[in-house]
Amino acid sequence: MAFKSKEMAQAYWRENLRLMLWLSVVWFVVSYGCGILFVEELNTIRLGGFKLGFWFAQQGSIYTFVALTFFYAKKMGDLDRKYGVDDDA
Amino acid sequence: MELQTLTYIVVGFTFAIYIGIAIWARAGSTKDFYVAGGGVHPVANGMATAADWMSAASFISMAGLIAYMGYGGSVFLMGWTGGFVLLAMFLAPYLRKYGKFTVPEFIGDRFYSRTARIVAVVCLIICSVTYVIGQMKGVGVAFSRFLEVSYETGLLVGMAIVFVYAVVGGMKGITYTQIAQYCVLILAYTIPAVFISFNLTGNPFPQLGLGSTISGSDVYLLDRLDQVITELGFADYSNNTRLSTLNMFVYTLSLMIGTAGLPHVIIRFFTVPKVKDARTSAGWALVFIAILYTTAPAVAAMARLNLHDTIAPANAEQNLAYDERPQWFKNWEKTGLLEFEDKNGDGRIQYTADAQTNEMVKIDRDIMVLANPEIAKLPNWVIALVAAGGLAAALSTAAGLLLAIASAISHDLLKGVLMPDITEKAELRASRIAMAGAIGFAGYLGFNPPDFAAGTVALAFGLAASSIFPVLMMGIFNRRINKEGAIAGMIAGISVTLFYVFQHKGIMFVASTAFLGDMPENWFLGIEPNAFGAVGALVNFAVAFAVSAATKAPPVEVQELVEHIRVPVGVSAAQDH
Repeated sequence: MAFKSKEMAQAYWRENLRLMLWLSVVWFVVSYGCGILFVEELNTIRLGGFKLGFWFAQQGSIYTFVALTFFYAKKMGDLDRKYGVDDDA
Repeated sequence: MELQTLTYIVVGFTFAIYIGIAIWARAGSTKDFYVAGGGVHPVANGMATAADWMSAASFISMAGLIAYMGYGGSVFLMGWTGGFVLLAMFLAPYLRKYGKFTVPEFIGDRFYSRTARIVAVVCLIICSVTYVIGQMKGVGVAFSRFLEVSYETGLLVGMAIVFVYAVVGGMKGITYTQIAQYCVLILAYTIPAVFISFNLTGNPFPQLGLGSTISGSDVYLLDRLDQVITELGFADYSNNTRLSTLNMFVYTLSLMIGTAGLPHVIIRFFTVPKVKDARTSAGWALVFIAILYTTAPAVAAMARLNLHDTIAPANAEQNLAYDERPQWFKNWEKTGLLEFEDKNGDGRIQYTADAQTNEMVKIDRDIMVLANPEIAKLPNWVIALVAAGGLAAALSTAAGLLLAIASAISHDLLKGVLMPDITEKAELRASRIAMAGAIGFAGYLGFNPPDFAAGTVALAFGLAASSIFPVLMMGIFNRRINKEGAIAGMIAGISVTLFYVFQHKGIMFVASTAFLGDMPENWFLGIEPNAFGAVGALVNFAVAFAVSAATKAPPVEVQELVEHIRVPVGVSAAQDH
């Protein structure tokens, strides 16, 4: 085990889980929320030629997914360094 | 230059590149063959993953389906991209840390059971073979058009080429050729889209053109499309829900978790040097995929609009006369994928939603993307490029899938379980025989594919979603799940899904053996078979938890293994270059 103590290992894992949870919430809201469940409500708003719900389903959710993935990689890199478990060490 | 000649030249040229790279990087050891020696840069790996991932279903089929499903087609767009977020967060880094060749190997070790490994191999083969059927449909469509022969002949030619291509190469060849294939396919997809978007809206970015007004008017493209097709009796484009909100929800979920559970994508993350590379590699893969996936809805809407404008020109008194039909129409008629029947005998083409009067009796959705540049009257070199792109997409994915099948059989089944003393050479030979067998079997089923290419592929995702994804998740995030739970979960999940699919689509997809017709009245809660994987996954989780709770906890060393993979340092095995 690379951690200094068992508590450190648990803290690292807890922080990781919390990050995953928040990002999953965003992931769910843009796709299932804006793109499917509340699409009709959002479609009453227009974004140029797009109805907003339709835009989320066919464009917006995909852009968000890309951002989420890189954000997670960045944050986890920070977390690895904070706990001294990054692979460059 | 003649279109046909030009197509031969462009396709021939791209093939020469792929084969050249494959020969240059010919696999030597088994390790090269499976994971390219473990030393591929994350951006390069992301690009190769994108090519591996975007198959004939994405390239040839998806936009055609969206063109007819409208908003409902969003399930493919969200489903096939959103899964990468799950993959990047929940699976890729941990499986890379574990550092073995194959997915069944991880399942076998984590659940300390050869039975679990064999069950995983069987699940993997079932979903990969279904996936290959979808590719074969796409390859068949592309070759039939490009050689101007029937779909069946096109399929046979495609099988022969996939065989030569995948069996000679191996992963190392495949990783580098896939980078070349990504470049070909993304250019082939975006160039015509840019042309068409510019012609229709004046905006060269298809993503923006989709939301722009039509050139020379102040009507938005999507509003015009809604108006044109609803006048003909078709469902509204931008509001047309796929059956029900519940069905769309479940369908999207199936595709997402299927994405994260498909072994041929997961093994790509075994090829990067470090855990953090696995995380960024998933991000890069998604960037390269998103370029196509955000273009696809524009291609879909514009193709649909152009098709209707060709048949019933907005400024003409009458519809297009059949005798004056354009060349692309005649060419697709030759493949048997487009059919016209002059029901009212006026010599003109009527295209409506009413089966009584509609004279476009067959438009296979899978021809839309390939026909799109011709419908839009783009120059011949663009059309030739699209043919090359479609073939690149189909070949790269078929090769990746065949590799996953081959490694499951030779590495997991033969070396891992049946014949542990097998030599490297014999293992390689066995994996090549396995590939050949899979091509033959999938090609045979491809003569009567269960759905359009993207629909068939969606079934494969459902199967992966219901079997592989749940055990991987539980294996990483729950220490208490034991071998009994995992085995029972996988079997229950994939059985429920397969049973539901076969019940509506026929045993082994032979439609005549379906014991309940494939129609909405017979569907459970109105969920279509293609979308059922998420329900299967739920069953898998429930059964695994219940059985694990009733049986003994996993041994201490397995619980330590779970701790070990959660920490990124100390990457093992596949890392040596």
